[in-house]
Amino acid sequence: MNKYEPVIGLEIHVELSTKSKMFCQCSANYFGKEPNSNTCPVCLGMPGALPVPNRQAVESTIKIGQALKCKINQHSKFDRKHYFYPDLAKGYQISQYDQPIAEHGELTFYDKKTNEYKTFHIQRIHLEEDTGKLTHADGDTLVDFNRCSVPLVEIVTEPEFRNSDDVKQFLEELHTLIEYLDVSDADMEKGSMRMEPNISIRPIGQKDYPPYKVEVKNINSFNFAKKAVEFELVRQAEILDRGEIPAQETRGYNEDKQETYSQRTKENAKDYRYFPEPDIPPMVFSDELLEKIKQTLPELPFQRFTRLVNSGVSPAFAIILTQNVVKGNRFDEIFSVRKSLDPNLTASAIVNNRISTDISVAEAADKAEELLKPKETDTGALTDAIEKAITANPKVYEDYKAGKTNSIMFFVGQVMREMKGKADASVVKQALEKRLEQ
Amino acid sequence: MDILGKSIIQLQDLISSKKISSAEVYSYFMARAKKHNNDLNAFLTLVDEQTIKHDGDMAGIPLAVKDNFCTEGVRTTASAKLLEDFVPQYESTVTQRLYDNGATILGKTNLDAWAHGSSTETSDFGPSKNPWDITRAPGGSSGGTGAAVSAYLTPAGIGSETAGSIRLPAAWCGLVGLKPTYGRVSRFGVIAMGSSFDCPGPMTLTVEDSAYLLQLIAGHDPYDATSSTEAVPDYLKQMKEKKKFTIGLPKEYMEGLDADIEKRVRDALKVLESMGHTIKEVSLLPPKYSISVYTILQRAEVSSNLARFDGIRYGKDRTHFGSEAKRRIMLGAYTLSHGHYDAFYTKAQKVKTLIIEDMQRVFQDVDLLIAPSTPVTALTLGEFHKFAFFGETMDALDEAAAVAGTPAINIPFGFDSQGLPVGIQIMGNYFEEGKILDLAYQFEQETKFDGVIEKGVKNYE
Repeated sequence: MNKYEPVIGLEIHVELSTKSKMFCQCSANYFGKEPNSNTCPVCLGMPGALPVPNRQAVESTIKIGQALKCKINQHSKFDRKHYFYPDLAKGYQISQYDQPIAEHGELTFYDKKTNEYKTFHIQRIHLEEDTGKLTHADGDTLVDFNRCSVPLVEIVTEPEFRNSDDVKQFLEELHTLIEYLDVSDADMEKGSMRMEPNISIRPIGQKDYPPYKVEVKNINSFNFAKKAVEFELVRQAEILDRGEIPAQETRGYNEDKQETYSQRTKENAKDYRYFPEPDIPPMVFSDELLEKIKQTLPELPFQRFTRLVNSGVSPAFAIILTQNVVKGNRFDEIFSVRKSLDPNLTASAIVNNRISTDISVAEAADKAEELLKPKETDTGALTDAIEKAITANPKVYEDYKAGKTNSIMFFVGQVMREMKGKADASVVKQALEKRLEQ
Repeated sequence: MDILGKSIIQLQDLISSKKISSAEVYSYFMARAKKHNNDLNAFLTLVDEQTIKHDGDMAGIPLAVKDNFCTEGVRTTASAKLLEDFVPQYESTVTQRLYDNGATILGKTNLDAWAHGSSTETSDFGPSKNPWDITRAPGGSSGGTGAAVSAYLTPAGIGSETAGSIRLPAAWCGLVGLKPTYGRVSRFGVIAMGSSFDCPGPMTLTVEDSAYLLQLIAGHDPYDATSSTEAVPDYLKQMKEKKKFTIGLPKEYMEGLDADIEKRVRDALKVLESMGHTIKEVSLLPPKYSISVYTILQRAEVSSNLARFDGIRYGKDRTHFGSEAKRRIMLGAYTLSHGHYDAFYTKAQKVKTLIIEDMQRVFQDVDLLIAPSTPVTALTLGEFHKFAFFGETMDALDEAAAVAGTPAINIPFGFDSQGLPVGIQIMGNYFEEGKILDLAYQFEQETKFDGVIEKGVKNYE
């Protein structure tokens, strides 16, 4: 593998949680509904029915673009992308081709493994409609159009990922960002966020892109994305080692076998015969509209992360408080009423579930203060407790003496129990060390 | 009482003054339709035994509606075998607005299959016949509506035009036919042909009826994103303003015509001048450019719009497409394909812009344009087989307005040497249907269209 450099780009599909579908008034919440009950002439693509774009979906896409520091194209339009597939009611998908809503953005995050900041670039963000769903059973294929025309945002990165860890963390960070923006339920289980890594490798030092690309479709877990990438890197290296070039193809990921499998070979680049959607006039976004949408952006995950770190929270805790919005909010709430607390210790207490997120802010602040207060230890009682613990556990005492120093933690536990928690663990440990060395 | 040849407005007067009941009016037309439809094949479906509404200005007045308008519960085929059994669960905005005003739909009329053609001869259900001579085509694609109104099987009807599909059958059948500005009338529920050109519009015996029907169907529709939010004026009022206009005669539109048609246009110009209007010769891009642009863009849209008929739904697969539809799908798919897109589609869009600019330039100098609607009068059935691009050739003079999306009306004016009606068109700038109707109405008052309407309704006395 060290002969090759991975070239990985990501396509991420995010279903927007608008009230209605992208081009009709059907509910965008299709989950769990009787097949084909959540449909109308428009999303079924019936003759004469016309698409009318959903303003909320367009604005949500602009919001995502702004959060990813993209240039928003003030002139944008929809295009028809043609292909035949049973889950595509019209024979074309309404998507965006050469004037996507947003382009040229970036996402920066703190790499928890290497402890450095990393930035990956966004190529484009466009809005389209989701397709129906096929179910294959008993030799039949059933079509359910409930999901057809649910608004779908496609985020495409530059092909600049070089390892599976970056892929995984980027996807996690993006997921968090989408949650912050409150534009999608981003529920991986339901498929509201689906990831497609495009993977290829080239000899180290080569500047040109590899002459092929393998697309792994519809992955709905960060771990699977990481594993699929890793599997592909090995598979492709083996093929290149044999002096062959991997096929340009679409592959699926088998979660049980933890491997990818060929779905469809793309012999030639597909010809989607894109052309501007004549049923929808081009869109023009005014400066005022873009500014108005920008005002609705919340504090973004990376902003929160840097704020926490700057206030003294360790990066490891800051990452968790950023990803877990409920815990992050709890931290902010406590500090809004009790500014004197130590930030990192408070963060630690929240991360380790020692402060409930269910109690009131005032109670939580009290709890934090109590947890963070250094414990006063009654030295007389401590001596008694230590003696009692040693007497009761002669075997452990001998082990310790024989060099098994780890067993001190057993005594710490025993003593803390005897003291009914009214002792500072570090003081207890120090006293024990002193006694056991005697 | 005999109501033969009465316009919608006249029938409304008779009904409101209780000289005839709305039920009697409806029965009269249904009886005529049943009697003559076998000869004319104007209707594909007659909507029998329906409840006649008594509310609304249109109560009791039946209309012919082209069979590419979806009608809830009434079979809608676009004259295509592939949709032979298609019964929509939804109503087109145009027919809904007519229903809302009390109208009844007498039946759904024949057209060229998928509106691909200019004679109804590509219909999968056989051609309609021209009531003036049943060996001839009524024109198309709204030929069924043209034949039905011309033979007075209904007092008026609704057609749709992509390029010429209202004006040409109106010209060949001796009727008034109005193609509104693109976006003036909703396309929701109209089975799409060329989506960026399709315009529903009225086909009537009088200019007043066209103004009246346009009033009913025009206006913004939240279900059609391309429908205009421009306010709808009072067309019946504008129609009677009796303005004196400067009328442009594009010289490029007077070339290659039947001598009889050229003469009728010159006669019309004399009449208009005598009425105090000013005629001014102007120059427009030659119609051949519009033909190329229109053909490329329309085929591209057709190939896309018909992709949904993939055999999975509607009960019939793609083998049921007729040869004209197949040709259009192939040509359209080709022009949109990788490597050809810029040479065809992009270039056509650029020329479209030039055509729009050309029109705008001319409308700075004149109020309206006048030209023949068609280069020839009604052809005999079967002629269309002799042309590779029959529709485009027949509609050559109608395509600039179609490409630009500007409004135009066909009005009849006398006959050619074979006794067939001749059609003349008045074109206007965007949303100036009022001016067009004003001039057409003045001309109608002055000439009675040289007796075309009066003679036409008597073809099937």
